[in-house]
Amino acid sequence: MGKGTIRQIVRRLGQRPDHLDAPANAEGAVSEAARRNRGSLQLRHVDAGSCNGCELEIASCFSPTYDAERFGIRLEASPRHADGLLVTGPVTHNMADPLRKTYEAVPKPAVVVSVGDCARDCGVFRGAYGVAGSVADMVPVDVEIPGCPPEPEAIIAALQNLSGR
Amino acid sequence: MVATALFGLAAAAVGAIAPPRARVRLSVALTLAACACGFAVAADVLAKGGAAAVHTNQLLPLLGLSLRLDRLGALFVAVSAGVGLCAIVFRLGYKGHGLSSRTGSCVLPLFVTTLLLVPAASAVGTFMFLWELMAVTSLVLVLADHRARDEVNRAGQWYAVMTQFGAAVLLLALVLLAQRAGSQSFAVIAAHGPHLAPWVRSTAFVLAVVGFASKAGAVPLHVWLPRAHPEAPGPVSALMSTAMVNLGIYGIIRVGDTLLGGGPAWWWLLVMGVGGLSALFGALHSSTSTDLKRLLAYSTTDNVGLILLGVGASGLFAATGHRPLALVALVASLLHLVFHAVFKGSLFLSASSLQQATGLRNLDQLGGLIKRLPLSAPVFIVAGLAICALPPLCGFVSEWLLLQSLLHGLPSGDTAIEVAMPLGVAVLALTGGLTAATFVKAIGIGLLGQARSDDAARASEVPATMWGGAGLLALLCVVFGVAPGLVLPAVVDAARSGLGYGTAHPIAQGWSVGLTGVRGMLAPGLLALGLVVAVLLVAGVRQLAQRGAVRRTEAWGCGREVQTARMQYTATSFAEPLTRVFDDVLDPTHDLDVSHSAESRYYVESAAFHTTTHDAFETRGYRPLATTLAWWGRQARRVPNGSVHRYLAFGLAALVVVLVLVG
Amino acid sequence: MSAPWPMSSVLAVTVLQVAAVVVGGPLLVGLMRKVRCRLEGRAGPPIRQPWLDLRKLMRKERTRPEGASWVFSAAPLVLVGSVAVAAAVAPLLGTAPAFGPSADLFVVVFLLLLGSVALALGALDTGTAFGGMGASRAMTIGALSEPALLVAVLALSIPARSSNLPAIVTRSLAHPAWLASPQRLLAVVALVIVIVAECGRLPVDNPSTHLELTMIHEAMVLEYAGPDLALLKLAEDMRLGFLVALLAVLFAPWGIATTPGPARLALGLVAIGAKVAALGVVLAAAEVLVAKLRLFRVPELMAGAFVLSVLAVISVALA
Repeated sequence: MGKGTIRQIVRRLGQRPDHLDAPANAEGAVSEAARRNRGSLQLRHVDAGSCNGCELEIASCFSPTYDAERFGIRLEASPRHADGLLVTGPVTHNMADPLRKTYEAVPKPAVVVSVGDCARDCGVFRGAYGVAGSVADMVPVDVEIPGCPPEPEAIIAALQNLSGR
Repeated sequence: MVATALFGLAAAAVGAIAPPRARVRLSVALTLAACACGFAVAADVLAKGGAAAVHTNQLLPLLGLSLRLDRLGALFVAVSAGVGLCAIVFRLGYKGHGLSSRTGSCVLPLFVTTLLLVPAASAVGTFMFLWELMAVTSLVLVLADHRARDEVNRAGQWYAVMTQFGAAVLLLALVLLAQRAGSQSFAVIAAHGPHLAPWVRSTAFVLAVVGFASKAGAVPLHVWLPRAHPEAPGPVSALMSTAMVNLGIYGIIRVGDTLLGGGPAWWWLLVMGVGGLSALFGALHSSTSTDLKRLLAYSTTDNVGLILLGVGASGLFAATGHRPLALVALVASLLHLVFHAVFKGSLFLSASSLQQATGLRNLDQLGGLIKRLPLSAPVFIVAGLAICALPPLCGFVSEWLLLQSLLHGLPSGDTAIEVAMPLGVAVLALTGGLTAATFVKAIGIGLLGQARSDDAARASEVPATMWGGAGLLALLCVVFGVAPGLVLPAVVDAARSGLGYGTAHPIAQGWSVGLTGVRGMLAPGLLALGLVVAVLLVAGVRQLAQRGAVRRTEAWGCGREVQTARMQYTATSFAEPLTRVFDDVLDPTHDLDVSHSAESRYYVESAAFHTTTHDAFETRGYRPLATTLAWWGRQARRVPNGSVHRYLAFGLAALVVVLVLVG
Repeated sequence: MSAPWPMSSVLAVTVLQVAAVVVGGPLLVGLMRKVRCRLEGRAGPPIRQPWLDLRKLMRKERTRPEGASWVFSAAPLVLVGSVAVAAAVAPLLGTAPAFGPSADLFVVVFLLLLGSVALALGALDTGTAFGGMGASRAMTIGALSEPALLVAVLALSIPARSSNLPAIVTRSLAHPAWLASPQRLLAVVALVIVIVAECGRLPVDNPSTHLELTMIHEAMVLEYAGPDLALLKLAEDMRLGFLVALLAVLFAPWGIATTPGPARLALGLVAIGAKVAALGVVLAAAEVLVAKLRLFRVPELMAGAFVLSVLAVISVALA
């Protein structure tokens, strides 16, 4: 390891990134979820048929630039380990049943977050032959994040409402 | 002892003569009486130390019959009697497999009786007579099912050849000793043993090790074990795998320690080497075996190897002057022998229960039996966990004691010990890990999850005597694990009698196992208590935290549409990483049969994959040997060609040779 | 050996040790995650995040797959129980825990094996392909790490003429020069590799992977939810905390309480906490620098650890 690397590591250890503002109080199931979770939120991401634009934004949410993990938000591999689903894309015919099965697999009480315009109301794909409907047609949705794709700050703000931190 | 023999013979007679309905019950009752007698005599000898002696010149012409039970033999008789009791109880519910015929009912009691009498033999003639009787009766029992399956015939052939070879070698060894000592009585041989010429002692020891190791199932003479034990009927395989292989070890201890009075270090290094090799080989093959009974048979080779490792270490310590440690090592191996009989007996009996309930032996087709067989399955689980040496069961105590005996040999001034002990620990460790993998496979794939075939899905619980017999042994696994002090005094006394020395008890009894003189102690009861308390506390915490009932859901399969039992791991796939890592030893072959669709080569209609592992000693040792022998036989058949002149010439040549030798 | 401790002190030490491992295990994992995040250039979750996750999980619903039996429900209990008993057996805070004369290093090894076997059986009981895959890989790696582990234990036991843990620790305190000897260093490296394999850390297993085909430990717990999952996560964290603490005690025992007394116990707690934290930081930094090994390269790593253990034994024997 050269001197340059050591200097880089020391600089990174001392860095303090900016904090986003604390979330505003939301009502209903969302505030209930926030009270339950109290600083810990794990979600299972399901791509129900998206173009992957929302996936890129979600990936950058967890990158060092936005770092959603510092609020206790994490993506999990198994729906049984998750508090809810993070769904992107319009729901295609082939993904309708898998999405429902994934929702069944999440231990209750579960939340569903639909990310992007496609998940809300099929977006630009509305009426296409491969699309079965929006996420709300398949599973009960608690939080919708509009945008095509939504910005990482918006995604994190919405998730903070659920995580309670 | 006489009573035991009489009961056994009576049971055999009844089995041969009685009508079918009463045959089984009567012979079983009498055999149980024989076992009970044997156990009582053995317990009496172990407690009081007196040696009950019987001698008669009437029964066997020229040789006479002499029986004398000392503490070492008594321990083996007690073990055989205990396992025999449970196996015979099991036999009551066991259906078919040729045991209910006249032959089966007659020979099984005979077999059990020989198992009880061999450790009591105190002369070469008696010993060889009983040994051969045991071999013949077990061969007949292995062949009990020969009309139904072809593999039974082949298994019988292998077993017959190997056991006779072992008996021949043993005969050589014992006769050599008897001739040099001047008498066939073991007592006289033991008196003269230490004073015989070194080459006589060494030859006799090596021959005895070869003969007894083949009976015990040690590598490289083990090839009959994975064939014969699975094909034998349930109670017979349990008895063979516990009581009979024990006698192989009894023989080595008897010859090495009692008759010859200990020997140079290289003898015991040989025993340790054979033991270590058997342990590793057996553990590897059992971890990659998909036939449940074959898995258990190779596991017997593994445990026999561990016991021989301890016996060898004991002899090595004695040869280099560390007598207290020699006693500890022998106690450790004898304790492992006793506990192995308990858990292996239970495993074989419950494997037979599973076979009877499902009709299957292949783990790849079992599964979900814990719900269909709510009584037999937990028995198998308990015995399987015991063999993995997990606290608080009995296997852990004996494994701990073996490790301690190897550990306290170091540091030592002797190079042989310095090299052998760490290797011994490494062997114990690797076989322990592989055994854990093996029995997670056997329990997990065989009993848990979903049924992988229709037969497994339709299994129904076996009769009470069957799971009772296996369950009693499994209960002993737990009892001995928590309170090993119940058997330790007997084992220590037996070891002292075998070695011939050791005044103070180096192993404290009561609730804990302590090695006085060296620092080491184990409190299995306390450990069991701690585990139970911890598990209950955690269960309580979970119960308090739980909200509502447990929801039964479909298993998570990534949202897949269809989930079948065929998607589960099988025993073959479970063992695949191990097969790959150890492919030099296991020599796996893969066969892939793909049949393409008629329309196009790019579409596959069906595919079949078959993989087997091969016993390296069999493929590279025994088969070439058998081929060579067959070739010689064919060549030799050309010599007597029917010409009288040639035969007369042979006669003349033989006469000339004899005259030259005698003259 | 020093005079035996009064029963009240022994009980206090045992309870305190188990509590320290239960509370400290998740905190250690949180600290390691924090160090990892900082080295990656981001803030990361707070150190107490694993406890926030556990608290939330305890309040969730318990599920059980169709076809699973009591083995599935019992596995988390046995796993947590075995690590808790191991924490009670080993001398982490004081040299006379509850099991005192029978606190043996081999007992600890076999207790951890009990936990692994229970978890593998629970995974196979789910009846899914993931469970079988995780169990198969975990048992293979466990089998291959046993030789290195037991031979390293042998190397540690030979100088003390015993595998009794308090005896080993007391002898280390009495002969500090021996702690820097090459045989100890060889045994340390071998034990670190074995601990990495036992606890499923990089480079053997990635605990935060989402790809099922790369999972070893995660695949076994894929089907558990709610309090069961909380217990399994707790057991995993406890196992790591316990093994790191044991490593610290075996190789740097200063600060451990050799005589009873609340002040000495408090000092022991602070000492072990500091050592575990330091070791955790080093382990986490090392994890950032390595990539996960291919599954069939792991046996080579275990063989290397075994060679190091054997060298440690040889050098102890020669000394």
